[in-house]
Amino acid sequence: MSAARVILVKDLRIELRTLQSLPAMALFAVTTFVIFRFGLDRTSLEGSLATGVLLVTILFAALLAINRLFVAERDEGGFDAIRLAPVDPTSLFVAKVLALLTYLAILELIAVPVFAGFFLDDAAGLLPLAGILLLLDLGLAATGAVVSTIGANSRARDLLTPLILLPLLVPLMIAAAGACEPLLAAGGPEYGDVGQWVLTMALYDLLFLLVGYATYEFLLED
Amino acid sequence: MSNEDHHQHTLLSQLKLLTRRMPSLQVLAFATVAVLGIAFAMVFFYAPNDADQGFIQKIFYVHVPIAICALIGFVVAAFHAIRHLRTGDPIHDVRSYVAIHMGVIFGTAALLTGAIWARAAWGKWWVWEEPTLVSFLIVYLLYATYYPLRYSIEDRERQARYASVFAITAGAFVPLNFMAVRLAESLVHPRVFATADGGLPPEMLLTFLVSITGMALLFITLTRFEMSAKMTKGQISRLRRALDSEAPAAPPSRIAPAVPNET
Repeated sequence: MSAARVILVKDLRIELRTLQSLPAMALFAVTTFVIFRFGLDRTSLEGSLATGVLLVTILFAALLAINRLFVAERDEGGFDAIRLAPVDPTSLFVAKVLALLTYLAILELIAVPVFAGFFLDDAAGLLPLAGILLLLDLGLAATGAVVSTIGANSRARDLLTPLILLPLLVPLMIAAAGACEPLLAAGGPEYGDVGQWVLTMALYDLLFLLVGYATYEFLLED
Repeated sequence: MSNEDHHQHTLLSQLKLLTRRMPSLQVLAFATVAVLGIAFAMVFFYAPNDADQGFIQKIFYVHVPIAICALIGFVVAAFHAIRHLRTGDPIHDVRSYVAIHMGVIFGTAALLTGAIWARAAWGKWWVWEEPTLVSFLIVYLLYATYYPLRYSIEDRERQARYASVFAITAGAFVPLNFMAVRLAESLVHPRVFATADGGLPPEMLLTFLVSITGMALLFITLTRFEMSAKMTKGQISRLRRALDSEAPAAPPSRIAPAVPNET
């Protein structure tokens, strides 16, 4: 796993030095909130509407990062380097999942407070919401790393990744929406059905981490 | 044996291979026609009209078997994809491709018949309250991206490997998706957990079973036909190359997987 750590540190260092993904994601998220304010003609949101705005924004901001996840590997020959190096190719998958997880967590640290400031009257649900979003991030990262590898090695590139990823993420988004909605309800957070949705998200994360872990080496073979 | 003789010998053996595959496909085709014919006769003359929905409910005998066949096709594709990745034998990739291809075709039919049924039963072409249909749409949307995926990867071997990874991922996705949509629905409309044929009278159940057998036979026949067509195409182009190396080969499909050499 030391190879995974090295790749992860490399990715985070590149991101810190160039700031290619994160500022764009944050800016995209905030601008999307503004568009939703006028698109929905609402100045305050709660329940399912708040959930929809937040999750759709995070999803599409995540797509920005997922699309760019393997740009360096593709353009600078990183894929070949991994193939040549005497390391487990799956370590690339592990590193990219962790890198994506980091990006998404940082994005949410910026976007969720902005969202709360813009739209929410009652911020009591934000703390449990953080746990839900972490599960969401893990699922996004697991499927995102696999699909982004496929996209990076295809001709269609930026087109193919969201095309495959969006339907693949539908169950995760259903569960995340189910879990977030009661937390953002008008009269303060409720916890009635949150449990089953958290379990569904955990199951999704586990399943696609396993599938990615099991199949990833075949994506790197040449 | 002279070179010429050897040449002729290979040609003959390949021709034999070509023709040997035909009978089983013929038998399958006749069986499909017969069972589907019986099924339709039963649908119209044997199964009783539904008490609530009347005649339109009979689309159930077409819609549900088609949808089940499509889903089984996706599972079979995942199974072949696993075998492809484990063995590296391209024939498993062809099988996986054909299974998904047929699954998508059957899926289109299932969505269309579902829409017709919804229109007749509820007056709307699409109802979000029907979790099975919604799940099916999501699965269909995912598998529809299988074609652009194959199309956008030029290298044949990589295309096959990536397609297999997709087929496995999507195969794992199918049950999870059905679970999530079902859970989401139960929150809005509490529904009794019942299987599709839970309360069916015996006549309806029997008709349904014959229909699904016929539809499964149709699925298998079409799959075998497509496999056979692909093999034949590959063999013909090899024969053509053997006969006259100058003759231009037919341009291969860019999405469909390459047929493996049998020699």
